[in-house]
Amino acid sequence: MAALNEEQTMLRDMAREWADNEAPVTAFRKVRNAGAIEGFDRAAWGEMGQMGWGGIVVPEEFGGSAFGYLSLGLVLEQLGRNLTASPLASTAAAASAIALGGSNAAKADWLPKIAAGEVIATLAIDEGPNHDPSKIAASVSGGVLTGTKEFVAEGDTAQVFVVAAVGGLYLVTGDEGVTRSTRRMADSRSHAQVRFDGAKAEKLGGPELTAKVVDLATAALSAEMLGMAEQAFAVTNDYLKTRVQFGQALSTFQALQHRMAKMFTELELMRSAVEGALEAIDAGRSDVDQAVSLAKAIASDTLHLVSREMVQLHGGIGMTDEHDAGLYLKRAYVLETMWGNAAFHRERFARLNGY
Amino acid sequence: MAFAAELDAPASPIDTFRKDARDWLAANFPPALKGKDNAMSAIDGPTDLSPDEAAWKAAVGEKGWGVPGWPKQYGGGGLSKAEIRVLQEEMGRIGAWNPIGGMGVMMFGPTLLEYGTEEQKQEHIPPIARGEIRWCQGYSEPGAGSDLASLQMFAEDKGDHYIVNGQKTWTSGGQWADKCFALVRTDKTKKHEGISFLLIDMHSPGVEVKPIRLISGSSPFCETFFTNVSVPKGNLVGREGEGWTIGKRLLQHERSSLSGGGSTARMFAGKPMGALAKDYRGTDEQGRVSDSDLRMRIVRHEMDSRAFALTLRRAAMEAKSNQGPSAATSIMKNVGARITQDRAELSIEIMGMNGLGWEGEGFTEAELNQTRTWLWGKAVSIYGGSSEIQNNVIAKRILGMLDHQ
Repeated sequence: MAALNEEQTMLRDMAREWADNEAPVTAFRKVRNAGAIEGFDRAAWGEMGQMGWGGIVVPEEFGGSAFGYLSLGLVLEQLGRNLTASPLASTAAAASAIALGGSNAAKADWLPKIAAGEVIATLAIDEGPNHDPSKIAASVSGGVLTGTKEFVAEGDTAQVFVVAAVGGLYLVTGDEGVTRSTRRMADSRSHAQVRFDGAKAEKLGGPELTAKVVDLATAALSAEMLGMAEQAFAVTNDYLKTRVQFGQALSTFQALQHRMAKMFTELELMRSAVEGALEAIDAGRSDVDQAVSLAKAIASDTLHLVSREMVQLHGGIGMTDEHDAGLYLKRAYVLETMWGNAAFHRERFARLNGY
Repeated sequence: MAFAAELDAPASPIDTFRKDARDWLAANFPPALKGKDNAMSAIDGPTDLSPDEAAWKAAVGEKGWGVPGWPKQYGGGGLSKAEIRVLQEEMGRIGAWNPIGGMGVMMFGPTLLEYGTEEQKQEHIPPIARGEIRWCQGYSEPGAGSDLASLQMFAEDKGDHYIVNGQKTWTSGGQWADKCFALVRTDKTKKHEGISFLLIDMHSPGVEVKPIRLISGSSPFCETFFTNVSVPKGNLVGREGEGWTIGKRLLQHERSSLSGGGSTARMFAGKPMGALAKDYRGTDEQGRVSDSDLRMRIVRHEMDSRAFALTLRRAAMEAKSNQGPSAATSIMKNVGARITQDRAELSIEIMGMNGLGWEGEGFTEAELNQTRTWLWGKAVSIYGGSSEIQNNVIAKRILGMLDHQ
């Protein structure tokens, strides 16, 4: 755990208590079983809004608290631990894009509503199944945007889209020229294809802003992954202590102890890498891109390891829908893929370091 | 205003100390020694000191600044943590280094300061502080490595002295040591409670050392045999049977020095791996390291190293902010070992045959060093508690997993 100030400690403790009590995995199971396309619980999202989480990265003059990305990460980590579904990560990244590049009117129109949790916003970047900002073909001409975005998180419900097009990042806020098609995926969350066909678009910034905002979204996602890995590991550790085989608790077998020690080691490195990226963002450091690629690559590898071992070490019960292991496994792989998998970020890291 | 205030204000004690330290270093550190610290000297054994080196060592020893935090009455520097930091900064600024080290400084001294009698401290601490005496560690035995409590070397009570018989092994620097801090069995009927902490003069009759040649070609370790060696009772540290507790405390000092900043700093020193690979392997048409598989493994290694560096920083910050000792501390030794070893192997892979030279012509000094570093590095996952033992510690102490019954 990074060294936190008093506000951050309070925020983390509050988020932990709320998520554990009000939005545990059983709540996500209900959301999933209900099958609504938004993929989250509206009432829970309303409570998050009342707690001010929508405004954690929104400047104070627009109704936010401007606590920054480490603070946002602390909250997302607690949500990740409980698989709490919410559009918080997507909305925050989109809010940052507006705060960084929006006109005064756009900021005044949208940021206070986002901070209050009244508006859901998201990023629409990729046009294929793998994150690849070099292949953006959507374009803007005469103030209107045309192009198709795939696998847009919260694309089913977002009222505000921050869209990558040739030449940079654009804000699309109306429904006109916007068509959504739900994509049902393994994690039972909202991912939609969004077609923009002559949608009115306002420019937020050039390609450097696109890259920057995607880094922010990636760091936020890594924090959610950290919480998931932490909890998947804790649940597995508890299980090994209670499950008896050959007359012994599984946790007494050295072969399993060493696998757990290995995972614990990777988790500690993951925490440092993820918190390092969030701190780099808040400090405005020039190597945020490297810090983010480091965090996402390590987060992807570690969550992959822990979620896979969660199923394996639970044995047959881990294969059942009744157990939570499958829910962690399925969400894990989606997040591993989103905003570039480990291979993507290793390649990027090498390039950024010049080799 | 601020400037005037500065002129008026009396210098703070720490500023005064900085000035004094700077003046003393300027007067005593021979500029010719700048940056010439031999970090491997504890392993290489004694080398002939040049007049400059001898003078520098004597000056630091006299001042007590080789062990700046130890009490002054035993020859230490008696400095506060803040003063030590300033001293290190001032030394770093001019490329000076600490000529006083070894096991007496890293492990034995701090332990004796905690558990020794006044007489023992007066006798043993000042020579360590002056760098006059070499200590070695008599812990491991042929049948007691990771399972240290199985040790057998026996010290028989003869009234005013003990008669010691048995064998130790992996005695680092045993062939050059003057004294040995050893764990010996004083009671064969108890396991942990039968162990005592005894100081043995390596020049006593009946002590014999045989260096062990390692795969790297060096012999930093010895087998050490003790045959009817007489040790005065006054050399017992703590009470009889208290050796396990004292010995474990010493191991804490050992582990913190093994996973500490110095060795880590060396780990990250030198040319970045990506640049090294471009030199040796060339680049593809896009300017990338030509072998794409090697390139990706370099990335994994660099990422691992950076995550480790961030973890060291995080653990230090957590300790400072009073959140208690960080659980991250328990992973340091294993991760440090894996990074050291990965780095050595990747370097050799980058250099190809040039990275496997043994001696003589046809290789650069850096290449020959790489061979030795690779082979020596195999020890880091074995000494000071093997990686398997570290994993046991994590599983039991941190994760609460229990022993098989």
